[in-house]
Amino acid sequence: MEGDEIMSAIPLKKADIEAKQYLVRFNADTKSHLTVLDHDVCLTQCPDKLCTLFCPGEVYKWEGTRMAVGFEGCHECGSCRIGCPHENIKWEYPKGGKGIVFRLA
Amino acid sequence: MAEKFDVIVVGAGPAGTSCAYTLAKAGVNVLLIERGEYPGAKNVMGGVLYRKQMEELIPGFYKEAPVERPVVEQRFWMLGEKSAVTMGYKGLEWGEEPYNNFTVLRAKFDQWFASKAVEAGALLINETVVKECIVEDGRVVGVRTDRPDGDVYADVVVLADGVNSLLAKSLGFHKEFKPSQVALAVMEVLNLPASKIEDRFNLEPNQGCTIELFGDATKGMVGTAFIYTNKESINIGVGATLSSLIKSKLRPYDLLDYVKNHPVIRPLVNGGEPQEYAAHLIPEGGYHAMPKLVGHGVVVVGDAGQMVNSIHREGSNMAMTSGRLAAETILLAREANDFSENMLDSYRVRLMDSFVGKDLKKYKDATHTFEENPQYFKEYIPMLNKAASEMFTVDGTPKRDKQKKILQMVSQRRGTFKALSDIYRAWKVMK
Ligand SMILES: Cc1cc2nc3c(=O)[nH]c(=O)nc-3n(C[C@H](O)[C@H](O)[C@H](O)COP(=O)(O)OP(=O)(O)OC[C@H]3O[C@@H](n4cnc5c(N)ncnc54)[C@H](O)[C@@H]3O)c2cc1C
Ligand code: SF4
Ligand code: SF4
Repeated sequence: MEGDEIMSAIPLKKADIEAKQYLVRFNADTKSHLTVLDHDVCLTQCPDKLCTLFCPGEVYKWEGTRMAVGFEGCHECGSCRIGCPHENIKWEYPKGGKGIVFRLA
Repeated sequence: MAEKFDVIVVGAGPAGTSCAYTLAKAGVNVLLIERGEYPGAKNVMGGVLYRKQMEELIPGFYKEAPVERPVVEQRFWMLGEKSAVTMGYKGLEWGEEPYNNFTVLRAKFDQWFASKAVEAGALLINETVVKECIVEDGRVVGVRTDRPDGDVYADVVVLADGVNSLLAKSLGFHKEFKPSQVALAVMEVLNLPASKIEDRFNLEPNQGCTIELFGDATKGMVGTAFIYTNKESINIGVGATLSSLIKSKLRPYDLLDYVKNHPVIRPLVNGGEPQEYAAHLIPEGGYHAMPKLVGHGVVVVGDAGQMVNSIHREGSNMAMTSGRLAAETILLAREANDFSENMLDSYRVRLMDSFVGKDLKKYKDATHTFEENPQYFKEYIPMLNKAASEMFTVDGTPKRDKQKKILQMVSQRRGTFKALSDIYRAWKVMK
């Protein structure tokens, strides 16, 4: 399969996304701005759990039967809203001033 | 009673700020609303800011603005797995006034730019999300914010809310973008002493360099990686269409680490100390993906209107020009006291007549074509590397035989006819 072929071409130690996320300032709200609408859809209709792959903040983690959403580490990029094949993510902006704060970028 | 302004601008990126600045300078009562802690807190770009469009707003801005380095060299590298075919242009004239472009860090630059709009008289409100437009009788008459008693009214609302323009979408100006119409980019800022940057990139102090990387940098996906030099740091990033990321199942940060560790790139970034990691979408749908830009009492500017030329990594300059043109149209509308769609539509006409519309039209099929024909990234760049390696390896083979071998390789891999039609197709979308 095409994807696997490319993957195996990348000789990587497990990328340390946690270290990367540690560099970022998050002023997280207490309430999530991301909602997975139907965890059953993830279970039954999305074998690859795509959002766990492309999300640049590793916000989505599959926990066997349901999707855990670590919204505190969200970059607010919008990819999961556009990329979820089942439009299964309700995507909003965090409350004003909350969420990611870039200092440089 | 709820407050009323002449104009409300949503989003203090380059599009919104240039609009607010132009209006405020003309004496218009303008409110600029930004959801971030400060302008730039939510914004990311590789980092090349073009002088021309910025100077049309603030002449001589670079003497005062927090720019990093004027760019004197632009390089293009077609990466193989352990090789690169390189090309570029170094122009020392770009190192002198009035300069060509600069590297910038957005969190700093956007704050400075917005402060100029405030100096000119705009009211900037941070930490405030505009939740929706207030529509009465088919006209946008204001916005609803997430503040208590947060309704504000205006004659015109300018949507400068960037690539995730929930507002333009909620007005029905466009449907949700497709994964093939946006690129997901991730980037790191790495600290490196100025002297090291100058040595490694072959620069004098206060000279900058950009490198665009194709081919193996995105594992053949439609996209590019980039390295830009700041004063005492470098930006390294990589982006690919969301659709090709989904298809390849690559994690964007894995790809970034792959690029950082690529044997041709590593010597440039080695020892750089990570300062920040950032991700953002780029609207790459181009001309065909542009939403409706004008309605009664409302206009759309910048990334919210898909105004990015992905082939030339231009976006901030298009955003600024669209913001300025929107402001100029609003000034005319005020004279006529007419904020109808018909009146405001002259913004769209002027925009399409400017370099923004012309460039978007010129490249209208580019991303699309590359998306549907991944062979350009996947096959030709490796082939180019093999061909160069073949030609430049001195092993006693006569050059004529080497050329023959290269042609054979191309026709075996792809077929001569297919290769020729690929070349023609690429020429057609880029010409
Ligand atoms: C990795 C990367 C590299 C790039 N490289 C370059 C480059 O080298 N050169 C170049 O010219 N361009 C580049 N671009 C493109 C450039 O960044 C954009 O085209 C440009 O920022 C668009 O400006 P804008 O004002 O339209 O949108 P943005 O800069 O995205 O600003 C939108 C603003 O609106 C605010 N906002 C959004 N919604 C709301 C709301 N509801 N309420 C209140 N505020 C809101 C946001 O917080 C933000 O401040 C790059 C982009 C990326 C992601
Ligand atoms: S991409 Fe959508 S459907 Fe798939 S796992 Fe994620 S939320 Fe569920
Ligand atoms: S918006 Fe981007 S960073 Fe946030 S959860 Fe979605 S994909 Fe991840």
